[in-house]
Amino acid sequence: MATAVIEKRTARISSSTGDSIARLVTFVFAALVLLISLLLVYELWIASAPSRHKLGWSYLSSSEWNPVSEQFGALPFIYGTVVTSVVALLVSIPLGVGAAIFLSEMAPAGVSNALTFLVELLAAIPSVIYGLLAIFTLVPLMRSYGEPFLKKTLGFLPLFKGPAFGVGFLTAGLILAVMTFPFIISVSRESILAVPRDQREAALALGSTKWETTWKVVVPYAKLGIIGSIFLGLARALGETMAVTMVIGNDPSIHASLLAPGYSIAAVIANEFTEATGSVYPAALVELGLVLFCLTIVINGLARLMIIATTGKGTKR
Amino acid sequence: MKKFPVALLGLLTVSVAVGTAQQITAAGATFPAPIYQKWFGEYHNAHPDVQVNYQSIGSGAGIQQLTSGTVDFGASDMPMTNDQISKVKVHPLHFPTVMGAVVPTYNVPGVSQELKFSGEALAGIFLGTISKWSDAQLAKDNPGVKLPNEDIVVVHRSDGSGTSFIWTDFLSKVSPQWKTKVGANTSVSWPVGLGGKGNEGVSGTVKQTPFSVGYVELIYAAQNKMAYGAVKNSAGQYVKASLDSVTAAAAGAAKSMPADFRVSITNAPGKDAYPICSFTWMLIPSSFPDAKKAATVKSFLQWMLTDGQKDAPGLDYASLPKEVVAQETKQIAQIK
Repeated sequence: MATAVIEKRTARISSSTGDSIARLVTFVFAALVLLISLLLVYELWIASAPSRHKLGWSYLSSSEWNPVSEQFGALPFIYGTVVTSVVALLVSIPLGVGAAIFLSEMAPAGVSNALTFLVELLAAIPSVIYGLLAIFTLVPLMRSYGEPFLKKTLGFLPLFKGPAFGVGFLTAGLILAVMTFPFIISVSRESILAVPRDQREAALALGSTKWETTWKVVVPYAKLGIIGSIFLGLARALGETMAVTMVIGNDPSIHASLLAPGYSIAAVIANEFTEATGSVYPAALVELGLVLFCLTIVINGLARLMIIATTGKGTKR
Repeated sequence: MKKFPVALLGLLTVSVAVGTAQQITAAGATFPAPIYQKWFGEYHNAHPDVQVNYQSIGSGAGIQQLTSGTVDFGASDMPMTNDQISKVKVHPLHFPTVMGAVVPTYNVPGVSQELKFSGEALAGIFLGTISKWSDAQLAKDNPGVKLPNEDIVVVHRSDGSGTSFIWTDFLSKVSPQWKTKVGANTSVSWPVGLGGKGNEGVSGTVKQTPFSVGYVELIYAAQNKMAYGAVKNSAGQYVKASLDSVTAAAAGAAKSMPADFRVSITNAPGKDAYPICSFTWMLIPSSFPDAKKAATVKSFLQWMLTDGQKDAPGLDYASLPKEVVAQETKQIAQIK
């Protein structure tokens, strides 16, 4: 008996040293993430100095982008980035969450597994492939059918005015929707599947139909995971470069119409950085990177607040 | 057992050979990268002890790397400005290597004839002052062609590019309004139009958009068998871009070539000269800290100006006219 107790004790001691080692190692890993972000901000801050000193705050409010006269303003790019991401989410949230509900709650297991596999394949396709697909199929379709249809039915709104080029905010938003789709589906599906069986059984026992159970019990329970999946998708949409630049039209101006060509932050950096010469021009592009970083932080911060506001009540109940 | 030391000896001699090989690094323009890679490959085959690594990272980045001294020499599609030269520790020499041209490409359904463009028409279209295909200026350039009364969709490059520089440099020379309003650069503030990424982005958009016009590199148009228009040169002739008409433009410009080769040959004199073309340059420091490296670079430049030029037409680059080759050969002696 005594030896057994001692053995147990040493085992406990060694496991607690193991714990502290594990804690240290994982702490270093976590600290690395923070360190890399800080380093990133530092580098962006230093490298953008010529542009910050020359242009000051007007950089954020100006919509002039002229490398010849060295006038740089970030506003059209911020606008384009936000508009395309919003369009993308407006399309991909209902589709993605709906598909996730079907795959986890309604579909037979075989169908669900096969479709989930396909969805995860979609997530692995490089963005340049999406861009080429968009140029050669989506853009002609939008120009010949999609945009004329929108102009005919909703043309009285300023959102759908102007000539139909096929490229522009709307097409860029749609291709982004296709790209954010797999993230939203697979993460939402996982979190819906993780809802305990008791929840469903209790709801069914109270006389709910299958749909009532899903919509009023399961989905609210999985809300946090679903919102998380949406922000994962949003992060991809904000930073996406290749696919967007191929279909957005690359015109640094602000248009109310979604059919008009625009520009996004990531796209202009990828387009112009290689051939940017002088001191202010490359610095202005680096400063755009800093702006994108801040934009992501602001949007993610707002998202956090929203989650706290909505789920705070949920946990109290 | 006996084999072992022999193998080891072999390994040693190989490593010694690698150790003494001359490693030269260069970086810059993407437009001439295919021929540079071929040249450096061929030169390496002829001189196995010389290895040149060329990174095609863009003209701007090439100039930056040359300035910070991380490469032995740079390459650019546009000559360095005085300001840029003053920042480089060792004065860089410009060596034109080959020439490229930029051509207008268009998609006008219902028109089967080849279109002709004057400089005024192209500037007007890209400024937005000529907005219809039925415009009087275009009708004047194309007598006998029935152009439709449709809006022109302008397509330009969205990425910073030597192609855009040549195009806007030409427009600045033929249109005072373009010069004051827009100017010439690798990226400009385009008054109208859609931006396509790369030659493939512009040509893809033009192909798919009825009544559009854009511009691409001659090499890209030739290799993809695209239709492109003729452009009116300074002698008043409508000339189609070809390797010969580009070399003719360089020969026309050679008469007034500045000593440092920093010259724009758009709108060059000569009745056979195609007006929208340019040299691309290697930027070679005028002195190297290592005498052996200087000798290698000089010998490579000599080879490039003679045997190397023969590779150009095969890759659709226009080769240098002999006047320019003679002028450059003299400049090689300045490298120390």
